[in-house]
Amino acid sequence: MTHSNPYGTGVTHHILSVLVQDRPGVLARVAGLFARRGYNIYSLAVAPAEDVGMSRITIVVDVESTPLEQITKQLFKLIDVVKISELDPRRSVERELLIATVKAGADARSHIADLVNIFEGKIIAVSEQVLTVSLDGHPDKLDDFVELIGGYGIVELQRTGRVALPKLDRGARLRAVNPTGKVG
Amino acid sequence: MADRITGAQALIRALEHEDVEVMFGYPGGCILPAYDPLLESSIRHVLVRHEQGAGHMAEGYAHVTGKPGVAMVTSGPAATNLVTPLMDAYMDSIPMVAITGQVPTKAIGSDAFQECDTVGITRSCTKHNDLVLSPDDIPMAVRQAFHIARTGRPGPTLIDVPKDVLQNEMTWHWPSDADVLAALPGYRPTVRGHARMIKEAAKLILESERPVIYAGGGILKARAADALRELAELTDVYVVTTLMARGAFPDSHPLCLGMPGMHGNATAVTSFQKCDLLIALGSRFDDRITGKVDQFAQGAKVIHVDIDPAEQGKVRRPDVPIVGDARLVIEEIVKEIRALLAGGTAQADTSAWKSKVSGWKEQFPMTYEPSEPGGELKPQYCIEQLRDHAPPGTIVASGVGQHQMYASQYWHFEEPYTWVNSGGLGTMGFSIPAAIGAKAAMPDRTVWAIDGDGCFQMTAQELVTATLEKLPIKVALLNNSYLGMVRQWQEMFYDERYSEVFLDSSTVPDFVMWAESMGCAAFRVESPEEVGPTIEKANAINDRTVVIEFRTDAAEGVFPMVPAGHSNDDVILHPTQQDKRENLR
Repeated sequence: MTHSNPYGTGVTHHILSVLVQDRPGVLARVAGLFARRGYNIYSLAVAPAEDVGMSRITIVVDVESTPLEQITKQLFKLIDVVKISELDPRRSVERELLIATVKAGADARSHIADLVNIFEGKIIAVSEQVLTVSLDGHPDKLDDFVELIGGYGIVELQRTGRVALPKLDRGARLRAVNPTGKVG
Repeated sequence: MADRITGAQALIRALEHEDVEVMFGYPGGCILPAYDPLLESSIRHVLVRHEQGAGHMAEGYAHVTGKPGVAMVTSGPAATNLVTPLMDAYMDSIPMVAITGQVPTKAIGSDAFQECDTVGITRSCTKHNDLVLSPDDIPMAVRQAFHIARTGRPGPTLIDVPKDVLQNEMTWHWPSDADVLAALPGYRPTVRGHARMIKEAAKLILESERPVIYAGGGILKARAADALRELAELTDVYVVTTLMARGAFPDSHPLCLGMPGMHGNATAVTSFQKCDLLIALGSRFDDRITGKVDQFAQGAKVIHVDIDPAEQGKVRRPDVPIVGDARLVIEEIVKEIRALLAGGTAQADTSAWKSKVSGWKEQFPMTYEPSEPGGELKPQYCIEQLRDHAPPGTIVASGVGQHQMYASQYWHFEEPYTWVNSGGLGTMGFSIPAAIGAKAAMPDRTVWAIDGDGCFQMTAQELVTATLEKLPIKVALLNNSYLGMVRQWQEMFYDERYSEVFLDSSTVPDFVMWAESMGCAAFRVESPEEVGPTIEKANAINDRTVVIEFRTDAAEGVFPMVPAGHSNDDVILHPTQQDKRENLR
């Protein structure tokens, strides 16, 4: 295997924003490709895209174990894949949503509420012993929040996986938009 | 008035519109509706004895014609029986369209009788597949399946059609090319090579002192044999033809070095190791070719022409990657080289390299030790005799194992599309059904299936198909009573500890009796003197299938050999040549 990480060292994950035809089984095709070729996925989010009949799959891939170039080229071989935008984490905006139910007895409740406030989250449900909170933002921020709240006891936690778009500046946007719809 | 027909009628009509002349199949519950309009169709249906046979026949047909082979079977177990041929076709980039029946749409997901998740199961062994949910979608599904199967890097596609979709009515329509493209916005194979890369390739070829062409199966897929020959002759560059490319360049041509790889000849293998420029044309740096990758062709720059962008850099990073159709790209490179030569650029002096390689050719021909008088029959001798008695244009289909390697090594392939084998997947049992498929495509050609005793027992029932469908092939069964290739590995790498490789096929079955029971003429050959005369007898029989069982020497091994995972530099020569190996430096 040859290695290529066009964005230099230090970046171990990469974001692929994959525009696909919204057809039955398309997610299975993408997931199956990753499984068969041994590519690692950190997270995956899928939802309808701006164009009718299209969906956008945002995949965070591990580029330590497999060169990004092979992943994108193999993905392109899927007939339902229309366009792939490679997003360098340093040149894109990333967001993720988290909801969590946290143990919150009388003594902990105000501390948790403070933390949620500091992170600009929301308390979305309250009961005697637990709180359900929501928080969105950069995945790193969510990581920090989870670490801090962990001490109080997390009952359940769900994250969406990240979604991303290119930053509205310089290189990322140029790289993302490819008139042929296919790279390389 | 609108043309109202059933989905089944639309399916058969769509296949006719795609110029399907022959299809291979086996009916059953869910596909039943499609078999009714077949009675009135111009399409010839070959009724097989096992669905795997239908798939390999479709592959054999596609190998020799370049047109997609078509297999149609029912749901459930029939669909799963197609999985092996689909994977085989996928690995070897064979255009093929499979049609499977499916339980009625309302029953899907209910574990109905003979239901299976065909599109799920075949997703990773097809280039694309599709479950058709409305009879109106049938024409488009068929057009897309053929378009995807034969364009870009060819491969198998599958259409899964539920029974009610076949039974319900639709209004006939035939999508235009534009409709097909509009429906596939993500599928635009690159066929024209990048102009700057083509210039770069031409320049490198003229600068190289030790060039060699590494021609792969893509040459055949792209119908690029003539272009390849023009490039080789123009630049006087040696051509190595991989297992998938045998016949793409004539073996008798002075520039042909034959097969590289694990069982390639010493000259072809070493030419890769010692070249300064590797011109890979429609080849994919398979592990059976490269041996240990980081010691493969270490001193060489690489030009890699392939229509599949994912092959560029997958194994070896090319210096000049060119994505495109091999024929078009080679033609452009030839044009560019002619322009450079006309402009006064001189080609580098390759004479030292040429004399070195021709020295290897002389010292390291393919060789084996002939039988001692009264000794056991050598498989290589059988292949040589088959070859020498074969009329021009004979098509050879092989199974997988020692006999496959002997066939590739000892046959002289002079024309493209005369060699049909299972390269990537290595599917035992491939040869008989593939040969029948080839015969269906080319009824006037002699088709030899070269088979082993292990392979034969996997798919021999298709000889019934050959007899009843009047597709008379010839089968050369090299019976050494062993799983020969596995035995060879146990001999060489497991201290001669033979585990479960003795098939005892000289005791049971009686191949002659078995073949005769299927309507074939059959002969058994045990001594070298009988080989030629029996082949002549077989060649004289053209109205039915002939099987010759050759009882061969089980101790014979395939050489040269590069052990798996080793460098090509470690090639094990035939024992009689080992003392000269220093000359390969």
